[in-house]
Amino acid sequence: MRKSKALLFEMSRSGRQGYSLPSCDVPVKPLEQIVPHSLQRSSDLDLPELSEVEVIRHYTELSTRNFGVDTGFYPLGSCTMKYNPKVNEEAAMLPGFAYMHPCQPEETAQGALELLYNMEQDLIELTGMDRFTLQPAAGAHGELTGLMLIQAYHRSRGDNKRNKVLIPLSAHGTNPATVSMAGYEVVQIPCDDRGLVDLEALKAVVDETTSALMLTNPSTLGLFEEEIVAIAKAIHEAGGLLYYDGANMNAIMGYTRPGDMGFDVVHLNIHKTFATPHGGGGPGGGPVGVKERLIPFLPVPLVEKNDNQFSFNYDLPDSIGKIHSFYGNFGVVIKAYTYLKMMGAQGLKQASGDAVLNANYLMNLLKKTYYLPYDRYCKHEFVLSARPEKKKGAGAGDIAKALLDRGFHPPTVYFPLIVEEALMIEPTETESKETLDAFAKTMEDIAKDIDRDAEKVAHGPYNTVVGRLDEVRAARNPILRWTKK
Amino acid sequence: MSGKHYLPLTDEDRHKMLATIGADTVEDLFSDIPDAVRLKGELNLPPAMSELEMLRHLDALAAKNKHFLNCVSFMGAGIYDHFIPSVIKHVTSRSEFYTSYTPYQPEVSQGVLQSIFEYQTMICQLTGMDVSNASMYDGGTAVTEGAVMGCGATRRSRVLVSQSVSPYYRAVIKNYFHSRGLTLDEIPLKDGCTDRGKLEEMLDDDVATVVMQQPNFFGMVENMSGIADLVHSHKALLLVSADPISLALLQTPAEYGADIVVGEGQCLGVPASFGGPVLGIMAAREKFVRQMPGRIVGETVDSEGNRGFVLTLQTREQHIRREKAASNICSNEALVALAASVYLATMGPQGMREVAEQCLQKANYAKEKITSLNGYSLAFPGINFKEFAVTVPGDPAVLNRKLLEKNILGGVELGPLYPGFKNTMLFAFTEKRTREEIDTLVGELEGWK
Ligand SMILES: Cc1ncc(COP(=O)(O)O)c(C=O)c1O
Repeated sequence: MRKSKALLFEMSRSGRQGYSLPSCDVPVKPLEQIVPHSLQRSSDLDLPELSEVEVIRHYTELSTRNFGVDTGFYPLGSCTMKYNPKVNEEAAMLPGFAYMHPCQPEETAQGALELLYNMEQDLIELTGMDRFTLQPAAGAHGELTGLMLIQAYHRSRGDNKRNKVLIPLSAHGTNPATVSMAGYEVVQIPCDDRGLVDLEALKAVVDETTSALMLTNPSTLGLFEEEIVAIAKAIHEAGGLLYYDGANMNAIMGYTRPGDMGFDVVHLNIHKTFATPHGGGGPGGGPVGVKERLIPFLPVPLVEKNDNQFSFNYDLPDSIGKIHSFYGNFGVVIKAYTYLKMMGAQGLKQASGDAVLNANYLMNLLKKTYYLPYDRYCKHEFVLSARPEKKKGAGAGDIAKALLDRGFHPPTVYFPLIVEEALMIEPTETESKETLDAFAKTMEDIAKDIDRDAEKVAHGPYNTVVGRLDEVRAARNPILRWTKK
Repeated sequence: MSGKHYLPLTDEDRHKMLATIGADTVEDLFSDIPDAVRLKGELNLPPAMSELEMLRHLDALAAKNKHFLNCVSFMGAGIYDHFIPSVIKHVTSRSEFYTSYTPYQPEVSQGVLQSIFEYQTMICQLTGMDVSNASMYDGGTAVTEGAVMGCGATRRSRVLVSQSVSPYYRAVIKNYFHSRGLTLDEIPLKDGCTDRGKLEEMLDDDVATVVMQQPNFFGMVENMSGIADLVHSHKALLLVSADPISLALLQTPAEYGADIVVGEGQCLGVPASFGGPVLGIMAAREKFVRQMPGRIVGETVDSEGNRGFVLTLQTREQHIRREKAASNICSNEALVALAASVYLATMGPQGMREVAEQCLQKANYAKEKITSLNGYSLAFPGINFKEFAVTVPGDPAVLNRKLLEKNILGGVELGPLYPGFKNTMLFAFTEKRTREEIDTLVGELEGWK
């Protein structure tokens, strides 16, 4: 049933209140005596006025207008929407973690420091790197940290002419955006007809101005870069470094490690691989791992262990400094830590094995109906092209809307850019065979619907709380806040 | 096998699926990984734990920490022990919210999208700005990206930052600017506030953004009158990092002419969590919206004219503009912004005003009491909102250790943050602190040395 939901502001009634506070128990001075009138707010603060029950009903209704992993299958490619274990949430809410102040003395934070230390050790083993910082608050933040480290490394050697970063065309948008933020120039590397980095094209551009290559492996096409050893060699021989975008780490845990592939810097997305919830857009976490020669440049502080005492180490004279006000998203790290500790080595390997098995199974079911541009074993995800369907009148975006009507969250659409009408599908290991079968059947039904009446599919969805929303209008005539009429 | 409760495939499923694929074993699916880089043997990780064992382990770790529930905290410096109403956790624990991704499919994400639209509105109401984004990582990255945004909007590359801006934030700005090749100059302090004379001297027509904080890092309310005019006379922008709680009581940045407002939103109903996840607030005047980083939600209609919400103005963002994007930010702090929204909706205008007034009254009560003690003096004279800097008669670390014996988390030491402020500490007072707690602190300080 279609309907809009009233905004908080439209529900507000003057005189209602949703809070209760103790009265002020210190002697109260007239405000004027503390803050002169000229420094006080003169405009009304027109926040909504609501009782507690109205606040709760409002947000409860909003939650019913939202789809999460707990609602159903969420094969959003590149995002690793696996189940978010409930114990992780309990862990982060423990008062001994949730109510800690970042400036409290180290001796009062030994448990937190121990957790950070243990987490670092596990990440080192999982990736084959030598040290980690847990400070970056998301994947993109990790990318920026990583490029800063690479920059600091080159600069420390007086190697100042390296002003370019190489990126394959299939890369995620954050990669080129990060390159610019770090003051570098982007050099795009094409893919070959297997969907992999074009090694010859790479060799043709790599030179003494190359600072680094940023690579996602498996790539955003879900394909493992088989030439990784040769790629690493080409970059290293030219004096460049290799950066690993770990968004797709879920494919390879226990099978191979970026550190062993030759990567010098790695970021992980703990809100993907380590099952921490995405929160409707965040918070996430983007720990960055490095090889030995980059350790001196890591952000301060690092966590050290001595005689079973844990401490923050700020004594890193070559450190790039800080990239977050404090230690990053500690609360998210707790959740990821809980996940890692409960999975263990075998569980993690099984998770990657099942993620890859699920993806290949679904790919095999779907390629009967949809065009699969790169038909070979995939890793944790694969990319279909809805180009044929688009010609019939309903493209990738329309197929996505049709899935909404049938209770599934759609795949990522129109990314990676190198596949026209891309549908990027990542089932993850936490889905059952029955779910995959049902999804495949639904995708077949949608293909039939397109054959029958593409026009109808192109105007969906039909069963959602609102119909297809006009994004063009939103951008042309931006209404970015509510205003009193 | 460990982790099995998160892995629904049975061995029988696996066999059937492999048959469909035409592979013999799962290992075959990994045959594209060259032998040279394959992991031989198993990862060397400690044995996996069951849920019960894990909870015991976590409890044991958590028990080693002091925190706001087993101590009385007077720590601030950007992260505060404000009261958090129960409703917040209940809303943010709705898994339709917390297990969703960024709302790329608006028709099934109206919950998150509307909540962000409401958040943006309330941030505008607090700050007086016209537009807000959906969040940044934290206060430090919000200040930094705001300063960079000013460079984009003015096509200049030099930024002035007052030393009264949080040193935690300045550390982040410094790092981003160094990497990107932007110029950063610091405006010195005068009596704990921005030295206006120096600001005037340093301002030039190459300055993009002037960065200030209100109340500043020492809890002092800076005199902002005339600053915006001065900054604007050089066609530079004024960026202010504001404490959102203080905005219920103090002049809004819009009222004194700021162009960009950022801040740390942890004080809005968010657990301190050892400094993260917290909330980067970012708002601005309308004309700068195209330079703004991050997600922005806008109102629109569906095919039948029903109101709905979508991510908008996306041509600023990395997934569309790639290397030309305003920022690389992708994931932000959406769930924390949701918590802040629930807080603001729950507190309403009176609640916010009451919290702000109690902070002000309690801090000023403590200020009088502490500075009248022998050996203690106010580091800087002036107007304080919810915290103030005190010079103490000895090593602050030693004092804090003594306070801890009474389960008091004392003040933040300024020495490591400001060379020359060796015996100075910053004490913060929220609405949660009672007269009794403050008097106890005063008594402990009095008895020291
Ligand atoms: C391949 C890849 N790299 C980087 C990112 C950015 O990660 P985050 O959103 O955590 O900043 C993503 C997230 O979508 C991604 O898929």
